[in-house]
Amino acid sequence: MAVQAIAFYLLATVTLVAGVCVVSARSPVHSVLFLILAFFSAAGLFVMLGAEFLAMLLVVVYVGAVAVLFLFVVMMLDVDFASLRQGFARYMPLGAGVAGILAFEMIMVSTAVANGGAARLNDTPQASGADISNAETIGRVLYTDYIYFFQAAGLVLLVAMIGAIVLTLRHKPGVRRQVIADQVARGPKTGMRVISIKPGAGIDE
Amino acid sequence: MSIGLTHYLAVAAILFTIGVFGIFVNRKNIIVILMSIELILLAVNINLVAFSVYLHNVTGQIFAMFVLTVAAAEAAVGLAILVTFFRNRGDIAVDDVSVMKG
Repeated sequence: MAVQAIAFYLLATVTLVAGVCVVSARSPVHSVLFLILAFFSAAGLFVMLGAEFLAMLLVVVYVGAVAVLFLFVVMMLDVDFASLRQGFARYMPLGAGVAGILAFEMIMVSTAVANGGAARLNDTPQASGADISNAETIGRVLYTDYIYFFQAAGLVLLVAMIGAIVLTLRHKPGVRRQVIADQVARGPKTGMRVISIKPGAGIDE
Repeated sequence: MSIGLTHYLAVAAILFTIGVFGIFVNRKNIIVILMSIELILLAVNINLVAFSVYLHNVTGQIFAMFVLTVAAAEAAVGLAILVTFFRNRGDIAVDDVSVMKG
């Protein structure tokens, strides 16, 4: 039990400190790296809860895809990030006050819910069904009760992908592109012509 | 003192607050604002998974998966808009975003 408590406090501390560093780091590249650290330790918290499948999903989707996307955009944009930080000190006291009150209220409410609500009856965490793994438990529910939601999630990803491509695609003028329709439509009549050349004279073009 | 539901909820609440705080203090830097939104969604995921595990009901984990999907889509589209905006304006200052209104 003590080992579990030590692991929890370690992972929770790393998550929260990394979160603070994300919002207060000077360079956005450092922010992205701290974001990766925060997600990685949150995945550790999920493993402690027993939700291994979501932990691995978090590592694959966030550390593997979203964080790299952020890093790519941060490094691609040539922006003076120092000028974007002005106003940080001005909003800091008000933001910290509001954040402190918000955190206090949320912890009060969650403590009340955890001690007096429906979750009170179950003290033992259990992430999986009886005798089956966590992934199998999720799969059995996801592919039966939530199959339409699952399909809708796929649609959301498809629309996001098309949207991202449409937004960032651009055709530079002066760059020759392959037009397959023109290539297919090209026949003997359009593709060649007969020129009669006088002996001794060259061709103009 | 054993680790219970309250501990996970407290971590999620503090992480959510850090995300909100990040949006407050980084008002000009839209990249950090997007990352703060990711932190907020992570806090929501921790809440969903913790309740799912302590209520012995797997639905919370399913919804955490859907939140993950929407967060990934949101990051992709948000960064695509950011890249297009940077291409047109040469800057990503949030104050100028109002020029986008038709």
